[in-house]
Amino acid sequence: MAQNMLLEMHHVSKTFPGVKALQDIQLEIQHGEIHALIGENGAGKSTLIKILSGVYQPDEGAEIFIDGELQKDITPLGSLKHGIAVIYQDFSLFPNLTVAENIAMVSRIGRKTKIINWKETHNIAKNALAKLELELPLGTTLSELSVAKQQLVAIARAFVNDVKLIVMDEPTSALSRGEVESLFSIIRNLKERGISILFISHKLDELFAISDRFTILRDGKYIGTFGEEELDDDRLISLMVGRRIEYKIFDKRTLNDPLFEVHNLNKAGNFKDISFTLNRGEILGITGLVGAGRSELAQAIFGLSPSDTGEILLDGEPLHIESPEQSVAHGISYIPENRLTEGLVLKKSMTDNICLTVLNKISNNRGLIGKEAQHELVDTWIHDLNIKPNLPNMIASKLSGGNQQRIVLSKWLATEPKILIVDEPTNGIDIGAKADIHQLLRDLSEQGMSIIVISSELPEILAIADRVLVMRRGRIAATLDGKNLTQEEIMKEAL
Amino acid sequence: MEQNTQQTVENEKKGLRKLFGKFHLETKELVLLWIFLGIFILMSIISPGRFLSVYNLQSMAYQFPEFGILALSMMVIIVTGGINLSITYSATLASILGAVVMVSMNKAGAPELASVLVGVFIIIVASLVTGAVNGLIVAHIGIVPMLATLGTMTLFEGISLNITKGGAISGFPNMFQWFGNSSIIGIPVPLFIFVLVIIATYFILQRSTFGAKVYMIGCNPTATRFSGINVKKTLFLLYVYSGLLTGLAGLVMASRYNSAKESYGYTYLLQSVSAAVLGGTDISGGFGKVFGTVISVLILQVISSGLNIFGVNRFITDVIMGMILILVLTINFINNKREEKALVTKKIVTA
Repeated sequence: MAQNMLLEMHHVSKTFPGVKALQDIQLEIQHGEIHALIGENGAGKSTLIKILSGVYQPDEGAEIFIDGELQKDITPLGSLKHGIAVIYQDFSLFPNLTVAENIAMVSRIGRKTKIINWKETHNIAKNALAKLELELPLGTTLSELSVAKQQLVAIARAFVNDVKLIVMDEPTSALSRGEVESLFSIIRNLKERGISILFISHKLDELFAISDRFTILRDGKYIGTFGEEELDDDRLISLMVGRRIEYKIFDKRTLNDPLFEVHNLNKAGNFKDISFTLNRGEILGITGLVGAGRSELAQAIFGLSPSDTGEILLDGEPLHIESPEQSVAHGISYIPENRLTEGLVLKKSMTDNICLTVLNKISNNRGLIGKEAQHELVDTWIHDLNIKPNLPNMIASKLSGGNQQRIVLSKWLATEPKILIVDEPTNGIDIGAKADIHQLLRDLSEQGMSIIVISSELPEILAIADRVLVMRRGRIAATLDGKNLTQEEIMKEAL
Repeated sequence: MEQNTQQTVENEKKGLRKLFGKFHLETKELVLLWIFLGIFILMSIISPGRFLSVYNLQSMAYQFPEFGILALSMMVIIVTGGINLSITYSATLASILGAVVMVSMNKAGAPELASVLVGVFIIIVASLVTGAVNGLIVAHIGIVPMLATLGTMTLFEGISLNITKGGAISGFPNMFQWFGNSSIIGIPVPLFIFVLVIIATYFILQRSTFGAKVYMIGCNPTATRFSGINVKKTLFLLYVYSGLLTGLAGLVMASRYNSAKESYGYTYLLQSVSAAVLGGTDISGGFGKVFGTVISVLILQVISSGLNIFGVNRFITDVIMGMILILVLTINFINNKREEKALVTKKIVTA
């Protein structure tokens, strides 16, 4: 058995400051096998791959064998030399270089040649493509090719060296049906020649169509490895989702007092035919996989990138929102997913950040900021949301994730919104702070605020959402009642 | 423990802030103030008779306002993370346009006051337009400020040269000299204008809601836009204000030299960047105080006048100025690195 294994990883753990990303993971890949690595967002798939490709170093105690040989200190170049090639979601290609240069790039770096030999570059690229039985225009600039062709370039690049294992991270996410089929036939072809594939995807139908075995991760832990015949959709989903940390589950309300209505909202390439109603005092959850169009929908409503067609009604009145200023004026607030780049101005103080949305409230009619009004406002929010430390002049980047999120909440609650849209409200926040934020959202909804919570974390959605919209590939797949809802029911709609 | 040190640092800062609260002086600006006083006293000791002479002080007071106004027009843009390379040619284009009208009115025998008022009006309007052109290109079209203003710099220079054919325009009404060469109760009019510009810029940038937006845009335009701020409009208006300041500088220069020419003040362009950066303005945007830039202008002026008085070769003066700039920037850079490092280690400790 052991001789048959191309790759064996045992006891792989990875700790980042404050987070255990991986705990005691194992992964075994046979020669000529198509192996699927699956798990929810944040399960640790990417981290594991980065260890395999040498981008991250695992914690002490990890054992990684390639062809039965124990490997120490895998470096990116070393992993290539062992025949492991990773094709990331964005391909990591150079759009401004030609196809030939892109394919030959790795060998160029590997040999540390200072001078570029154009003839050799061409030959290397030609040979790699020949091995794949593919033809691509070598002299064409990469950016002129379609996404599917670019992916082939990325695969061809792997063939410059003697490749044994190709890791593909979400290879089908940007491909059409037909392109997926032709990619699969290439993958099957590779398999016949004894090359192994580690395939990462969210699309279960595709995984079942092509994979021999599945390794499942959940919350950075190893759940198990299963043959294709041992699994079906339901079992796979329940293994992926599992049981997890329990949040306080709030009792779900049934409300019928529409405040905000969305009819047939469309945005090309992002979402299609979105219609829903948000009631006064309701918490509406929106979930789905990453890339399902959740954040895009929220940003369209908020006016950051307006939708192409469709209608939005607030209190029965049609709204025409084309910029964030307008939506703020209508009492709509949006807390973005990316706190560090979109939610906060990190280099500025708590005070500056909290006041940014309500500058007109703390200034006189000549537009000058009143220091007292400013201090009063900031002190109120620091107190109400219990932001620590209580230092209004502290730079936002120095605070913990939970307190940073409280600042973002403060700055939006200060605008006294009617509708609050929160995108991944507890992303990267410790458990205690998460519970606080759930409680806060619930309290606000009881005071009459209508809240949309976008989250990939299903336990969070189950804990606080009165109703749940599940999005799949840009459309609303289902609207579910929050009462007695289970993760499995949501996942079935999301996948 | 850590909380405590944090607290004391914060308390110390609070103390300082109370002391200089009214003017928002931070330590960076204080250091500059001391440097200025030090250099001033040093120059006075070395050459009390000449440096401290009324003549020298007066001549300095007529010289630095035009530079100072341009430095502020540069500084407000650097705060947004941009740069305005067109300031000096915007100043001279505005003054040339004003000059042409003023001179022809003067020749046609219009009353002096009328031609001066019309001339000044045109200078101001023209400078607002040059600012609006920059604002349009940077904020609305979205071209990188350095390239946009490099383009308008050449454009303004070209328009000016087409009007002047390379020469200087002169023959102003005598009354026009007032802006550059007279004084009110002993205070030179250019200095008076400069002080007004300082006060206005201080209120606009550091006290108003508009200024608050400008600083936030300079740090993170995305988060600012996500906060419901109209980033384009704010940037546009700021470029218009920067243009207005160049107009005032153009007015002072034209009056002081009693003529208008496209190349007047072109050495101020890079000196303005130096003054802003020396004054603590972060070239990547988001930070910088009016007071810091003003003190830096004074420092640069005192050094250049002082060295001139001592008979130091003009080229050596440039060498010295360059070295001072590099030294200050190096010190700032090292300080920032140290702060960052302290932050990182602290994060690891708390994690």
